Amino acid sequence: MDKTVNQKAWFLVLPVFLVVAFSAILPLMTVVNYSMQDTFGNNQFFWNGVGWFKELLDPSTDLGGRFLASLGRNLFFSAVILAIEVPLGIVVALSMPREGWSVAACLVILALPLLIPWNVVGTIWQIFGRPDIGLLGYVLNSVGINYNYVSNDVDAWITVIVMDVWHWTSLVALLCYAGLKSIPDAYYQAAQIDGASRWAVFKAIQLPKMHRVLLIAVLLRFMDSFMIYTEPFVVTGGGPGNSTTFISIELVKIALGQFDLGKAAALSLVYNLIILIVCWVFYTVMTNAGADRPAKEGAA
Amino acid sequence: MTWRQGGAYALLGPSGCGKTTLLNLISGIVTPSRGQILFDGKDITPLSTQKRNIAQVFQFPVIYDTMTVGQNLAFPLKNRGVAKADVDARVRQIADLLDLTPYLKRKATRLTADAKQKISLGRGLVRSDVAAVLFDEPLTVIDPELKWQLRSKLKALHRELDLTMIYVTHDQTEALTFADTVVVMHDGRVVQSGTPAELFDKPAHTFVGYFIGSPGMNIVPAEVSGHEARIDGHVIGLRRNYGVLPAGKKIEIGVRPEFVDIAAPASGLLSAAIERIDDLGRIQFARVRVGDTKFAARVPPGFSISGNAAGLIFNPEHIHVYADSHLVEGVA
Repeated sequence: MDKTVNQKAWFLVLPVFLVVAFSAILPLMTVVNYSMQDTFGNNQFFWNGVGWFKELLDPSTDLGGRFLASLGRNLFFSAVILAIEVPLGIVVALSMPREGWSVAACLVILALPLLIPWNVVGTIWQIFGRPDIGLLGYVLNSVGINYNYVSNDVDAWITVIVMDVWHWTSLVALLCYAGLKSIPDAYYQAAQIDGASRWAVFKAIQLPKMHRVLLIAVLLRFMDSFMIYTEPFVVTGGGPGNSTTFISIELVKIALGQFDLGKAAALSLVYNLIILIVCWVFYTVMTNAGADRPAKEGAA
Repeated sequence: MTWRQGGAYALLGPSGCGKTTLLNLISGIVTPSRGQILFDGKDITPLSTQKRNIAQVFQFPVIYDTMTVGQNLAFPLKNRGVAKADVDARVRQIADLLDLTPYLKRKATRLTADAKQKISLGRGLVRSDVAAVLFDEPLTVIDPELKWQLRSKLKALHRELDLTMIYVTHDQTEALTFADTVVVMHDGRVVQSGTPAELFDKPAHTFVGYFIGSPGMNIVPAEVSGHEARIDGHVIGLRRNYGVLPAGKKIEIGVRPEFVDIAAPASGLLSAAIERIDDLGRIQFARVRVGDTKFAARVPPGFSISGNAAGLIFNPEHIHVYADSHLVEGVA
C-alpha cells in the first residue's frame, strides 16, 4: 500500500509545543536549575547538587524542620475541612428543594461564595473577625468569649477553617445535589413500597448513587485545601507565630523574603511532587471504584 | 371495579391510556383527586404507600447497589421488622423460585438487566402478607425468549404463593397468557373486564374488539332493525332480535375475522374486493374491502379464486351490534 508521507502535522503541533514550552517546561526547568544551586545575589550562582533536597528531608535542619511542620499543618487543615465540608455538603444537598422556583434561588445562594475571589474572602473574614470593628469578633468578645485570631493560635485556626468551610461547602453541596438529581424517581417509589425509612433510603439509594460525585468533591477539596495560600495569608499572615504557616506561605517567605532561591526551588519541587502523587492516587482510586466491570453471565 | 384476593389480573391498554396511573393510585404513589380505594372494605385512600401493604415492581429494575442479591431480597422484610429467621427462610424460598440461589451472596450491581429485574420481582414477591403485588410492565427490559420463561414463572408463582397480582401491559399476548381476568383500558376508562374468552367472544366496546385479537374485530357501519343488519343495502341475518335501535346513535356491527369466511362471489353474499392474503401459517386471512371499509376474513382451507371479486359468509352467532361503540344486547 502506498503511504503518502506528509510532515505537515509537525507544523500544526508547533504552536501548542511553543505555548507549552514557554508556559510550563521552561519555567519548570528554571526551577529545577535553581534547586541545584545557591545564590548570594548579584546573579552569582554556585553549584550545590542535591544539597537542598537533603536538607529539606532532614528535620534537624532549619529548612527541613520548617517543611515538616508546615506539611503537618497542611495535612491537618485538609483533614479537618474535609471532615466538615463533605458531611455538611451532603446535608445541605439533601435538604435542598427538588423542584419549583426555590431550586434556582438555592443554587444562586449556594454559588455566591464560590464566585468571590480568594483575597476578597480573606479580607472579608479578616475584618469580620476583628475584635474592635468586626461584627463577629466584636459580638463574641462582648458576650464574654475571648476571641482574637491575631494573638491566639486556636482562634486563628478556627477562623481559617470556618472561612474555608464558608467558602467551599457550596461546591460539595452543588456536586452532591447534581448526584441526587440524577436518581430516577422509581428508586424512591420502590423504597417507599419496600417500606424503607428515611435513613434506609439515604444509605441504600442516595449515598451509593452519590459516591462518584463525592469522590470528585473530595479530590477537588483536598487538592485545593492542600495548596491554600491567599486566604490565610490575608487573614493571619501565617501567624500568630508560625501557627498557620502552610507550605505555600513558607515557600513565599523563603523565596521572596529570604531570597533563598535554591531552597525555595527545592521545596516547590517536592511540594509539586506531593500534589501530583496524591492526585494520581485519588485518580486511580476513583477510576477503579467507578469503572463498570463487565457484567457476568446473568442468572438465567 | 373490584379486585378479588388471590386473583391474577392484567391491565391492558395502549400506551397513555392510564394503566400506570391506575396502578400508582392503588399503591399510593399518586393520590386521587376524587374517589375511594378500599382494601377489605377499609378506605385506604389517604394512607401513604408504606402503610398500604402493597408491593410493586417497576418497568426498569431498581437495585440497591451496595447490597448483595440476598440483602436486596430481604430489604422489604427487614424494613418491617420481620424476625431474622423468617427473613432468611422467605428469601431462600423466593430465590429458589426465581433461580437466584447461586447469586444470593453476590453484589447485585454486577448482574445483567435480566437478573436485576428478577431481583426486583423477588422483592415484590418476598412479602407473604401483601394485599396485592403490582407489576408495571416488568418484562420490558427482558429478552423475548426469557420473557416467556419469566411470564410462565410468574403464573406458577401466583398459584404457589396465593398473592393477588395486577399486571400492567400493552401487549395482549402477555395479558391473555398471564391473567385470569383481563381489564381493558381506553382513554382513562376501564371499558371491559373479563376472562380472555369473554373479551374475545363478546367485546363490550368496539375498542376491545379491535385491540384484542390479531387481526382485530371488523367494525362496519350498518343499519340494524329486528333480526336484520344492512350494509350498503345488503341484508345480513342476525341471531338475536334488536328491535328498533335509538335514532341519532352511530350503529355498527362487529364480527371477528375468524367468523367471516371468504367465498366465490354469489348473489346472496356481501360482495368484497380482495386486496391481499396474509398467511399466518396455521390460518390465512384475506384483507378485503367492502365499499370503503377494510375488512378481514378467514380463508377456508382449499379456497382458491381468480380475480379479486369475492363474497363474504357471516356466522350470525358471532355478530355483535354496537351503538356509539358500546355493545347492544339483543333478545334471543
